[in-house]
Amino acid sequence: MSTWLIVLAMGIVTYLTRLSLIALFGRIEVPSLVQRSLRLVPAAVLSAIIFPELLRPGGTLDLSFANVRLLAGLLAVLVAWRTKRVSLTIGVGMVALWILLGLS
Amino acid sequence: MTSRSAFIEGVRAELPILVGVIPFGMIYGVLAVSAGLPVSVAQGMSVVVFAGSAQFVAAQLFRSATPAVVIVITTFIVNLRHLLYSASLAPYLKHLDWTWKALLAYLLTDEAYAVAIIHYHRTGIESADWPHRHLYFLGAGLALWLTWQASTASGILLGAQIPAGWALDFTLALTFIALVVPTLRDWPSVAASLSAGVVAVAAANLPYRLGLIAAAIIGIGVGLLTESRQSAVGRPEGKAP
Repeated sequence: MSTWLIVLAMGIVTYLTRLSLIALFGRIEVPSLVQRSLRLVPAAVLSAIIFPELLRPGGTLDLSFANVRLLAGLLAVLVAWRTKRVSLTIGVGMVALWILLGLS
Repeated sequence: MTSRSAFIEGVRAELPILVGVIPFGMIYGVLAVSAGLPVSVAQGMSVVVFAGSAQFVAAQLFRSATPAVVIVITTFIVNLRHLLYSASLAPYLKHLDWTWKALLAYLLTDEAYAVAIIHYHRTGIESADWPHRHLYFLGAGLALWLTWQASTASGILLGAQIPAGWALDFTLALTFIALVVPTLRDWPSVAASLSAGVVAVAAANLPYRLGLIAAAIIGIGVGLLTESRQSAVGRPEGKAP
């Protein structure tokens, strides 16, 4: 039950961000500082998830060549940067991880 | 443009994007089940929250038994970008009644927004299809909604049968890499990304996964500082290589 309550609360906060300015159009102006902050939200939030997944795969910082998730992730960064293709990035990253896991 | 053709045009514009949405939805389904969420909750989240990135993050947070408040706040931060979409679509939807506004807000995702705003910018505020333009959005939004529900459901059904040795949880990081890297086109974004990432690693041991929220806030702050330094030296449009 409590899991459902969390999901419901997630739905409400999400819906409010979507409805916000559609509902309030003409009544409030979004300050420029807020607009500039919002533009940076995806880069900041998603990076805050990516970095620990790559650098702390076992729960501790691992910068060595034995960290296969870091190596596969760096390759994925390169593919995303050069091609901008989502499915190719995921595909290359997963195949690289499987190969490295097989080798180690 | 008739009301019917506006709706169909919206669906058609959304189709190419759906090709990328299907694997994304399936991966969410697999992750949600492997995180221990019951099937009903995993699919229910697709209906109630209907936001891919937030659902991915939530699945990960549920796996590590994060407190409810942190999950909800993190969802809110991940979805803050919808404020921007809402602001930018608002002028085109201002003539609608409350029911329409409430319905279209529910369907406002990255993918529906991308298609609708391109169409609205091209046709302009006072174009000939003005009375039906919300139906274009409805077409795009419903096409995405149905695809998302179907693809997450098939991921959930598959999820239970995929062995842990496949390391499919890594698709979370890979998906986010694919989404973030192409958006790092200017120095403030690069600074926000790097600083948030470094803080997240350094603060990973904070209780209740608060490191994620702290990293996001510090990353945004560093990005804003970079931006203001740039305009101070007269390069408001500085581009990263």
